[in-house]
Amino acid sequence: MSQDTEQQDPVTQPAGIVERLVRDDMDRKRFLKAVGAGGAASFGAFVLAACGSSKSSSTASTAATATTATTATNSSDSGDVAILNYALTLEYLESQFYENVIAAGLFNGKVGALLESFGSQEKEHALALKGTVSKLGGTPVSKPVAKFPIENANQVAQLAYTVENLGASAYLGQAGNIQNPEVLAAALSIHTVEARHASTLGTLVKKSVTPNGAFAIPADMSTVLAAVKPFLA
Amino acid sequence: MIDNTLAHPELAAFEVHGMTRASFMLRGALAAGAVYGTAAVGPFVSQALAQTGGGDAEILNFALTLEYLESTFYEVKGKQVGLSGQAKTYAEEFGMEESQHVAALMGAIKELGGKPVKKPTFVFPATNEKSFLALASVLENTGVGAYNGAAPSLKSKQLLGVAGSIVQVEARHAAAIDLLIEKSPTPNGGFDLPLTKAQVLAKAGPLIKS
Repeated sequence: MSQDTEQQDPVTQPAGIVERLVRDDMDRKRFLKAVGAGGAASFGAFVLAACGSSKSSSTASTAATATTATTATNSSDSGDVAILNYALTLEYLESQFYENVIAAGLFNGKVGALLESFGSQEKEHALALKGTVSKLGGTPVSKPVAKFPIENANQVAQLAYTVENLGASAYLGQAGNIQNPEVLAAALSIHTVEARHASTLGTLVKKSVTPNGAFAIPADMSTVLAAVKPFLA
Repeated sequence: MIDNTLAHPELAAFEVHGMTRASFMLRGALAAGAVYGTAAVGPFVSQALAQTGGGDAEILNFALTLEYLESTFYEVKGKQVGLSGQAKTYAEEFGMEESQHVAALMGAIKELGGKPVKKPTFVFPATNEKSFLALASVLENTGVGAYNGAAPSLKSKQLLGVAGSIVQVEARHAAAIDLLIEKSPTPNGGFDLPLTKAQVLAKAGPLIKS
């Protein structure tokens, strides 16, 4: 195997990773089983490692095809890439928001610790989504420059409640559009964490933990992007 | 013996979280039977096996069993143990929401031409507010994992939307309960784990009496 993807730099030839995952199918299955047994921490790793190898693999056949492609090799992956990049933008915004909030030193004790943990989790989400985009052969969006009004603790908590509820509805809005079941599984696992964040903020600002009642309402991409536009510098 | 692979052959070999869809169902039934004896999960398992065609209706019936469990827990057990303050408020509110989930799932199963499972009899090991809330946390968090584990197997995108809408609410419930009992609202960290059916039945199975 002289001229194959192993010799390509995986950063500049992201599709090569997909090709290699295809050929190493036995290893992939063993790896999936291994990370599947590992619990929450390795589920993040599962998201990074596993996505993109099932659907696209059936059509990617030659090393030449894989190495010349710098974007996703089929339309279902490119659709998923677009959704993942949208989610990545939102995660970048959320993690920036929490960074700013923590830097402002408005919260301490238990609440401060909670918000710090949420900020870390948004960073983990961003990392996972970025890696998944790359593995699908896409280009991750750049981290946007964001600004948030940080005035006082109550105003920030209210804003956090709004942002987290928006994030949860954004993920819900995309669930039906995702093609790759592994990407879907990852999106669902992030979606419910955003819901937990929103619920927590609800208890802090004394608003409903289930503002839409028994059935959460999805928001479409244009609605969400319009809602976050004020925060983009 | 039901063979899920015949109904949807293209899905049978597909792996979600390292397990084929067919083996996902079978392992759940076998594992539950081995650990708790078939009596613990008998009606659910036998009804699931009795269905032909499997598919989305089967998955929704699995969810329906859990929703029956949660709504009964909040509405019946909640009253029995005697709750006060925020615990009481949550039990009332969440109980109503779980009942709405029951109704929605029953409707969806019927629309698919399937037969909704009957409500089982449950036994809840909770004697006071403290043990009630501890069990509520287990049930809600298990519900999140159950939906996240099962949803990618749904064929219908519309039903996926329904499942997503419901699981988001379960996650909200879970976080609220966990905060009330001074536990982390994100017990799985940044990524909620999808649970296999066997893992779900390990938690919920012992509560299903008949």
